[in-house]
Amino acid sequence: MAEETQMGTLGGFPNPPAKVRVEQSSPLPTRVREYFGHISDVVKTFWEGLSVTLSYMVRRPITVQYPDRTEKRVADTLPSRYRGLLEVDMSVCTGCMACERACPISVIKVSTDKDPTNPKQRVITQFDVDESKCMFCGLCVEPCPTGAIQHTREFESTMKSVDSLVFRWVPDPEKPVPFYRPVKGQDAPRAPVGEILRKKMAEASWIAPASILVPDGPKKD
Amino acid sequence: MKITLGLDSTSLTRRYPRLAILVTLFMAFGVPLGLYVAALAIFPLNTPERLNAMAQQWFGFDLAGSPYRYLIYTAFLLLVAFIAVNYTAVFGGVSTWVERRVAGRMQSRIGPNRTGAAGFLAWVADAVKMVLKEDTIPATADSLLFRGAPYFSMVGLLLPFVVLPFGESTVVTDMNVGAFYVTAVTAFVVVGILVSGWASNSKWALFGGIRGAAQVLSYEIPAGIALMVPVLMAGTLSMQGIVRAQGGWPWDWFVFQNPAAFVAFFIAVTSSLAEGNRTPFDLPEAESELVAGYHAEYSGFRLAIFLMVEWANMWIMGGLAVTMFLGGWQVPGITDEMYKSALGTGLVPSPIWFVYQALSMLVFAVKTWALVFTFIWLRWTLPRVRVDQMMSLCWKYLVPGAFLCFIVTLLWQILVPPVGVKITGIVLALGALALLVKFLVDTRRNIDKVKGDRVDLSNW
Repeated sequence: MAEETQMGTLGGFPNPPAKVRVEQSSPLPTRVREYFGHISDVVKTFWEGLSVTLSYMVRRPITVQYPDRTEKRVADTLPSRYRGLLEVDMSVCTGCMACERACPISVIKVSTDKDPTNPKQRVITQFDVDESKCMFCGLCVEPCPTGAIQHTREFESTMKSVDSLVFRWVPDPEKPVPFYRPVKGQDAPRAPVGEILRKKMAEASWIAPASILVPDGPKKD
Repeated sequence: MKITLGLDSTSLTRRYPRLAILVTLFMAFGVPLGLYVAALAIFPLNTPERLNAMAQQWFGFDLAGSPYRYLIYTAFLLLVAFIAVNYTAVFGGVSTWVERRVAGRMQSRIGPNRTGAAGFLAWVADAVKMVLKEDTIPATADSLLFRGAPYFSMVGLLLPFVVLPFGESTVVTDMNVGAFYVTAVTAFVVVGILVSGWASNSKWALFGGIRGAAQVLSYEIPAGIALMVPVLMAGTLSMQGIVRAQGGWPWDWFVFQNPAAFVAFFIAVTSSLAEGNRTPFDLPEAESELVAGYHAEYSGFRLAIFLMVEWANMWIMGGLAVTMFLGGWQVPGITDEMYKSALGTGLVPSPIWFVYQALSMLVFAVKTWALVFTFIWLRWTLPRVRVDQMMSLCWKYLVPGAFLCFIVTLLWQILVPPVGVKITGIVLALGALALLVKFLVDTRRNIDKVKGDRVDLSNW
């Protein structure tokens, strides 16, 4: 029985219905009928096919015209847990370096120093995040005590020079940022995620030339 | 001030959207219009008699007696050729954009939409890119033939423009063997295909070249016989004579004046598609089988010539069908006498003559573009035929069909009185209109069949 079923079907699909040619009492020989049948097939299929393609011509294409003709910015349509470019709110950074230690591939570099004018106050002189190396794992976000480092939903980070992807959250080492001291029983006043980064991206020009690490010319022996 | 080297086209068009629209309008309408105006101004003057009269009347110079007259005539001919060649190139370019946009929409996508308004300048960018690329010649190729092959194709493309009219008087020359001449010189394209296939010294190119030769030579026969039908009906081989034998209204067109001509029209269009290597007959270049066929080894400017020939050929194919079957440049309501009386006897015709000429050119261009759209539409509807199908279509169906049309037309010309022709014209034209309406209704139904789909021309 099982064998018969297997024989009767082709890969689980029922066999196509056998072509039944109804022998009409036509005076024309079969070859002639076939010949004119081909011609009428051509006319019918052309009619059908051309009307299908023409009907698609007046429908709306499904293409989304990213990036400049979308209804919303694409970044704003992504889920809130999307792990995009990293953003640091320096006003709530405690300088604990937990993120630097957590990063498995040394994307983050934080340097701290004593404030020369006020030895009790420690300051952050460097907070660099190399977005070109970042693999967006989120391990740096987890240990942060104040939520200063966060993933945003921004992902459009094309730059002419890869060096422009090193985001310097302390732009000038001469103007270091003081440590933030958390207040007990109170959340750190973190700026809304994405705002600072968007501002930074708007200021940066993607065609900016390399600032550091200009490759050397070919070596001469 | 920041100076950036290199042209950033995206930011240019984004910074000046109006500039983009202006450049697009200039390229889309200004350039063709300029060429049409130049054609209207230059083409009618292109006879020794007119040039002689013009020189005599305006400059008081006896050109007919001058020993340098042939230099002047040749310079004029070169000017005419310059206009025709540029028109071909611009048409070839614009038609690639139209083709890509139409193909895009038929496949639920958009097509080029970045360069210029609606992506129109994509063809200019393509042409610039092609010209800037290196023109490589394979080491084992037959260098001379390899370099020469594109020009054979190009000559085959340009020669029909000698007799192909743009309008009532806008034709380079009205040969008395025009139809014969066109069928003869369009075969030049295949010389280019065959030579390029051979000279490339590559098996794919050779296959493409041989296929091209087999195809074009086969389809010459039904094309030639089908084009004899309007020649029989007009009683002349001259292209302008064939157009003048028709009228402006659809029932005066040859295609509707006898049932055999109606069939011959489709045979002629199918054969010319095959001769022009358009899909579904693009066997000589069949990307999926032969890489790029006969032009697989070409690059840079020579490839650009091959591609331009391929697309600009659509104008020849469309223009030929319009001239022979669809009434050519005939404007409804404007008769030969009106053209003649507007022309007058003076050197400069009256302004109304220019209006008539512009109308006739417009009618011809609109009809030809409608056919070109049909060719594009067919390309994005049909799959490529197999070689054996291509051959059996030609020899089993088109050749006997064309001969049958030829004989029926002969009998029709002898047996049917003018009243019968008139009635047939009206009946067939109305029938075609009914078919068109039925077709559009079917198309509308195809849209309604998919839930949620509707006619929507947005998303450009």
